[in-house]
Amino acid sequence: MLLKLTGGRIFDPAHDVNDVVRDIYIRDGRIVEKPTDGRVDEEIDVSGKVIMAGAIDMHTHIGGGKVNIARTMLPEDHAEAVYERTELLRSGTGHAAPSTLTTGYRYAEMGYTAGFEPAVLPINARQAHMEMHDTPIIDKGGYVMLGSDDFLLRMMAANSDQEAINNYVAWTINHAQAVGLKVVNPGGISAFKFNQRKLDLDEKNDFYGVTPRDILHRLSRAVQEIGVPHPLHVHGCNLGVPGNMQTTLDTIQGAEGVPMHLTHIQFHSYGTEGDFKFSSGAAEIAEAINKHKNITVDVGQILFGQTVTASGDNMRQFAGAPHAHPNKWVCMDIECEAGCGVVPFKYKDQSYVNALQWMIGLETFLMVDDPWRIFLTTDHPNGAPFTSYPHLIKLLMDKSFRNDMLSTLHPEAQKATHLASLDREYSLYEIAIMTRAGAAKLVGLADRGHLGIGAAADITVYTDNSDREKMFEKPDYVFKDGEMVVRQGQVIKITWGTTHVVKPEYDVSIEKPLQQYFDKFHTLKMSNFKISNDEIIDDGRGSLTIQPLHKGGRL
Amino acid sequence: MTENSTATVWHEVASPFCGIASDDLTIEVNGNTVKVLENGDAVTRPGFETPITDTQPRINGKEVTLDQAVSHIADLLINSKQPLIAGLGTDLNGARAAMALADKSGATIDSYYSPAAFRNILVLQDTGYMTTTLTEVRNRVDLLVVVGTDIESTFPRFYERMVWNKESMFGQDIESREVIYLGKPPSGDASTSPKGKKAQVIACDNADLPEVISVLRALVKGKQIQAETVAGVAVSDLSTLADKLNAAKYSVVTWSAGQLDIDHAEATIQNVCEMIKEINATTRSNGLPIGGKEGDTTVNAVASWQSGYPMRTTFNRRFPDYDPFLNDSRRILANDESDFLIWVSSFNTTVTPPQSSANTIVLGRSGMQFETEPEVYIPVGVPGIDHEGRTFRSDSVVSVPLRKLRDSGLPSVFEVLSAVEQAL
Repeated sequence: MLLKLTGGRIFDPAHDVNDVVRDIYIRDGRIVEKPTDGRVDEEIDVSGKVIMAGAIDMHTHIGGGKVNIARTMLPEDHAEAVYERTELLRSGTGHAAPSTLTTGYRYAEMGYTAGFEPAVLPINARQAHMEMHDTPIIDKGGYVMLGSDDFLLRMMAANSDQEAINNYVAWTINHAQAVGLKVVNPGGISAFKFNQRKLDLDEKNDFYGVTPRDILHRLSRAVQEIGVPHPLHVHGCNLGVPGNMQTTLDTIQGAEGVPMHLTHIQFHSYGTEGDFKFSSGAAEIAEAINKHKNITVDVGQILFGQTVTASGDNMRQFAGAPHAHPNKWVCMDIECEAGCGVVPFKYKDQSYVNALQWMIGLETFLMVDDPWRIFLTTDHPNGAPFTSYPHLIKLLMDKSFRNDMLSTLHPEAQKATHLASLDREYSLYEIAIMTRAGAAKLVGLADRGHLGIGAAADITVYTDNSDREKMFEKPDYVFKDGEMVVRQGQVIKITWGTTHVVKPEYDVSIEKPLQQYFDKFHTLKMSNFKISNDEIIDDGRGSLTIQPLHKGGRL
Repeated sequence: MTENSTATVWHEVASPFCGIASDDLTIEVNGNTVKVLENGDAVTRPGFETPITDTQPRINGKEVTLDQAVSHIADLLINSKQPLIAGLGTDLNGARAAMALADKSGATIDSYYSPAAFRNILVLQDTGYMTTTLTEVRNRVDLLVVVGTDIESTFPRFYERMVWNKESMFGQDIESREVIYLGKPPSGDASTSPKGKKAQVIACDNADLPEVISVLRALVKGKQIQAETVAGVAVSDLSTLADKLNAAKYSVVTWSAGQLDIDHAEATIQNVCEMIKEINATTRSNGLPIGGKEGDTTVNAVASWQSGYPMRTTFNRRFPDYDPFLNDSRRILANDESDFLIWVSSFNTTVTPPQSSANTIVLGRSGMQFETEPEVYIPVGVPGIDHEGRTFRSDSVVSVPLRKLRDSGLPSVFEVLSAVEQAL
């Protein structure tokens, strides 16, 4: 079966194709060359339409323990967004923390074909995969979290060599079935268990004597040396703390040229100036990002309204708990490995702090020059639910809309930003970089995020519309692996995406100390910790796609 | 291997029969006979060793094929007005199939263990909590306060695995750990330290815990209490306990909601949880709700991620509709509000459906006995014995793989319920 999409305007930044009219041919789920005999089984006229690869959300909390706590905790939030069962679709609920089925449908309807869970605790990875398995249509994958786990901290306290740490990282990525490595408040989650309430970049964990800087250094090197394409995914120290921009600048400086992805940078770009002792650090942060080519960021834009914050950073979530809205929250210490905190939150446009957070996010988007190194996220659901992406795209692409919104916000906050003077408007090409080509490159997906020959046929077709929110919330067609899954913004077919993983090699000798560690201290056996490939395939719906490592990956 | 050459020995087997899901069991399987060789206890032994008796599905007592049973269930389900899928003793994929079937048929879902589980879930949905998990307890606890729960009767290996382990990761002197019971005293000596130090008991009737906990919370916050006793407990004892909680580096307050079968259990658990939050203003303290056996935690987790809501959700209006009171399966059955019940109990032969006027289908563990023969009975395999599966531990964080230990030919709940859904 050969399908032809005829006459579309192609935006394919991976191949420097910017608004070029070209036909696309699809066979067996892949983009193929024009057939030599010219035979086509089905043709869809997409002339004048905007064609991009399927969008990729490289940081979205869609599966795992804390997301499920958020769901269970918020019946009142679901009650405002219930979805009836149809002939095709399962029923579901959810605005801030949607059910898995609803999550898959909504992403697909917006032209997204992949989403990556950024905080998979190794011990909870099995659950994260179960939930992602129940998320239809989109591809998925996870970044497994280390950095406050006692095994690593013990190794570091004992001054283990980098080779041993690389082995441990590679082992964990393999057996948690992950596509990358994440660190959250490096060492801070562990420090909180020892009753430390903050941990700066150079502050020592009371028990281990290890600093966040050491942890970042070790883990970023490990990722690079074992050849995992996605750079260390860093949720830095001091999230949400006024003045944390200095920590962020020091973190960027401290990376010493090693690739590092700083996530939800908006929450880490705060100064302490002004009457409210809370100010934007976006200009300095953007300048540092522009200068350090090893750094990538996603924004974690906030948008106004009710949501829920779900994070592995229980130290900071505990500190933020007094702001819970509604007033209920959960913090957990988890298995000498990690933690989590779930705090519902309502961002208010008449709050000085919230208004400024909104401005800081947008300033960052507009002041970072290179769209290949900045990514469009709301840190779903922490800044806002992912369903607000079309609105966010409009804010980036339409200066007058942005400034109209700005003018309604807390007046003192308006005085504290020069957002109104930023003239930049993102182009369709730049949006395609941020949400497709750049995201695929960053996550390390060789065959996604582009429209080249051989690529997976994950394709979104839009009708150009100067109202970018309308355009991006309802694509004409979405193809997933060559099958039309969405027509006129409605899901018309259910498919089940693959799980992207990497499989860096490791020396099996690491299992000796690990086995001892599990036997002595854990309440789970090492053999039962490991997630088999069969578990990902599960009832037959799931599949595993092993993405290539970077060349030069050692071990 | 044993002398019998046909026997197979399995190591590092996880138990779904207890909420702490110990996964260090050694199990011997000989044909359909299962024997726990190592690390068994009073809960896991009967769990694994209950023999298979019946293997054939029945309609009104008459043996039929699985296909006949499935199509009969589908026919009944299509014609039912208020279907209910309850019991729900099953594993991950059984829960998934139950959710899919409920969604398609407009059924209400609930678990046999919901009365206990909801004492915690309602607190989560009202104010939340700070909790910890088993490995943290094993390595960090310095003060364990047990509220109204005889742990060893339902979690026989809790102390051995989580409190009196040989060594802590942080060099803690294990013997220095302190255990204090508040409410019901322990039934045995599991809480006694290796060197013989007995747990302290501040005894009261569990029914008085709401009052006692309120006073303890006030004392933890430094409030003055005029009374000298509360429900027979000396306030000075509670005051000492409050001081210990405020002084401990990592206290853990544990309860099993299944044993807090008292009026105002949720309010009591809520008071415990709010007290824990307050202790954390200066030091670390966590709750440890224990429970969740036989797939209880699993079905609530799956329901939450697939629908947004835990158990006690109905799909009667074509969308998930949660009501922890109206959708209580016991209430529904007692009031004859359901005309069709699918009762799932794949772990436990003694968890049988309550008497009701509903047409009753049972997917039960082989060996189940009934006062009234159900309309359809399908003996199903046990997850972790007859087929592979996954189940969540009490803490709802860790899930363990369950293995297929023998080839009994019994179908899984997933297979049966998926077949019913297909047949609709």
